Amino acid sequence: MRRGNVWLWTAALAVYAFLYLPLAVVVIFSFNDSLLNAAWVGFTTRWYTTLFEDADMLRAGGNSLFIAFSAAGVATVLGTMAGIALQRWQSGVLRCLPFLVLTPVAMPEILLGVSLLLFFRQVLDLTLGLVSILIAHITFSIGFVAIVVRVRLAGLDASLFEAARDLGAGPWQTFRRVTLPLILPGVLAGFLMSFTLSIDDFVITVFVAGVGVTTLPLQIYSMIKVAVSPEVNAVSTLLMALTLTLIAAASKLAPDALKAKP
Amino acid sequence: MALLEIRRISRQFGDTKAVDDVSLSIEAGEFFTLVGPSGCGKTTLLRLIAGFEEPDAGELLLDGRPLTGIPPEKRPVHTVFQSYALFPHMSVAQNIAFPLQMAGTASDEVRRRVDEALELVHLAEKTRHFPHELSGGQRQRVALARALVNKPRLLLLDEPMAALDAKLRQQITGELIALQRAVGITFVFVTHSQEEALAVSHRIAVMNAGRIEQVGVPDQIYGYPQNRFVADFIGTVNLLPVEVRAADQGGLRMFAAGLGEIAGAPATATAVGQRGVLALRPEQVRVLAGSERQEMDNHFRGTVHDYLYLGDVTVYKIALDNGSVIESLLANSLPGRARFLERGDAVEVGWQREAGVYLRD
Repeated sequence: MRRGNVWLWTAALAVYAFLYLPLAVVVIFSFNDSLLNAAWVGFTTRWYTTLFEDADMLRAGGNSLFIAFSAAGVATVLGTMAGIALQRWQSGVLRCLPFLVLTPVAMPEILLGVSLLLFFRQVLDLTLGLVSILIAHITFSIGFVAIVVRVRLAGLDASLFEAARDLGAGPWQTFRRVTLPLILPGVLAGFLMSFTLSIDDFVITVFVAGVGVTTLPLQIYSMIKVAVSPEVNAVSTLLMALTLTLIAAASKLAPDALKAKP
Repeated sequence: MALLEIRRISRQFGDTKAVDDVSLSIEAGEFFTLVGPSGCGKTTLLRLIAGFEEPDAGELLLDGRPLTGIPPEKRPVHTVFQSYALFPHMSVAQNIAFPLQMAGTASDEVRRRVDEALELVHLAEKTRHFPHELSGGQRQRVALARALVNKPRLLLLDEPMAALDAKLRQQITGELIALQRAVGITFVFVTHSQEEALAVSHRIAVMNAGRIEQVGVPDQIYGYPQNRFVADFIGTVNLLPVEVRAADQGGLRMFAAGLGEIAGAPATATAVGQRGVLALRPEQVRVLAGSERQEMDNHFRGTVHDYLYLGDVTVYKIALDNGSVIESLLANSLPGRARFLERGDAVEVGWQREAGVYLRD
């Protein structure tokens, strides 16, 4: 091996260690048979058992799953429509539309959280809870779906859609028989991305959750205010596994979309 | 009544007039070709007929009924796209069934018609294949079958040969003519290749810069171009600058500086003193051997300047005494003999008065 290669490998390993060691620590200690995150005592799965007996945790988990499914579902429908519109109308005044749809993606979360809170309380006079969290999560997910769908569409031959019209399909039939089947991988990837964004969102949720409703990230945060218990390690490990699986699935479905920037 | 009547239509994109006041009428059963350089507006004209564009002015009539405002899916006009636009998520059979299903055809009828269409393009064994499993030629045939299966009044073909290699193109050109004859549907074919246009068409419209330069049957277009653009775009041509000296029923007498008088066929709307060019096809220019000289109406001395060996023929570039270089085409009919002349040979070239076409400036 040449000298340059050694350096390259060392650097690469260092980067990966930097990224994944903290995560590995959490996973390892979730199986540690000790209340303290200090030293390895022995292997156990009892923290996972505790987890599934913890009513607060289960309720928070239930809320998170419900919100993630619903928000991802709605964001996927709206985001797909936005993505198609972005790809179709690229001239005139409409050229600034992509920017407007995609802004929430780049906006600092804390800003989005504050503005949504003000909007819900001052403008809509909405009682904070499940609905406000749902709307907030849909808001920041639409842009991601729109990007993925648009990139997928951009990679398709535009004459496919003209061919469908030419051969007798109206706009709706063209969408159902040609457009949707062809962008489906992108749509599914968008759904999975929205799901993962929603299920582990903390900052925005803190602002719009109100007092009654807790999601998994909020629950974890409230628990570590006391101490990092092995139960938190266990729930974090599960969350991590879910997120990584969904992201892997999404990148398999739409490899170009996740790499490309709008 | 013509099947398709195009009346003074125009379409502008920004400052460019893609189609500029075009009128045409296309008869039922015709194989009609729009030919011209890229950007001449032929594809826009096709898209106007298909309904993907609406004209800024003028109108289109199909079977006497105006097409204005009718969306593409409601027009009995189908298109074979340059990229073929086969639906990648559907099998060959599903692709061909698509227009029938959109028209609400019963499913057993769909099956029968799909089989028929596959038979027509010799792809019966590829029913279950997907577009990505087919060769370029096969894809094109699927696109043809899909566009023909619902028996449109008009089939539009947008440069369907562009994606194929030269050998295949020639073969498919032949198949296309046979197919059009078999189905009897009117074809409107768009191409930038003049060879294709001459080979397949009943009639040709030569387009340039959004306008139609000339419409006619292939030998008319090739033999009697109406202007310099057509003469130059269709085939190769020698253009000799001349001035008209006399014009009457007997023919035209022209004068080329440094050469002398040239006799030509009678031409209409020509006045003495007018300047123009004499358009001569290379195969009409003969290299004369001895006695042939007396039989030619025009003959001039020159030197072989260069030649281009093309296998079946050799193109000789001959410099005339006044410095202009004209091309002469000689068939290599004797095996083993690549050329008859060498660079620098002094020769005499000639042509009959009927050969050239005088084109005013």
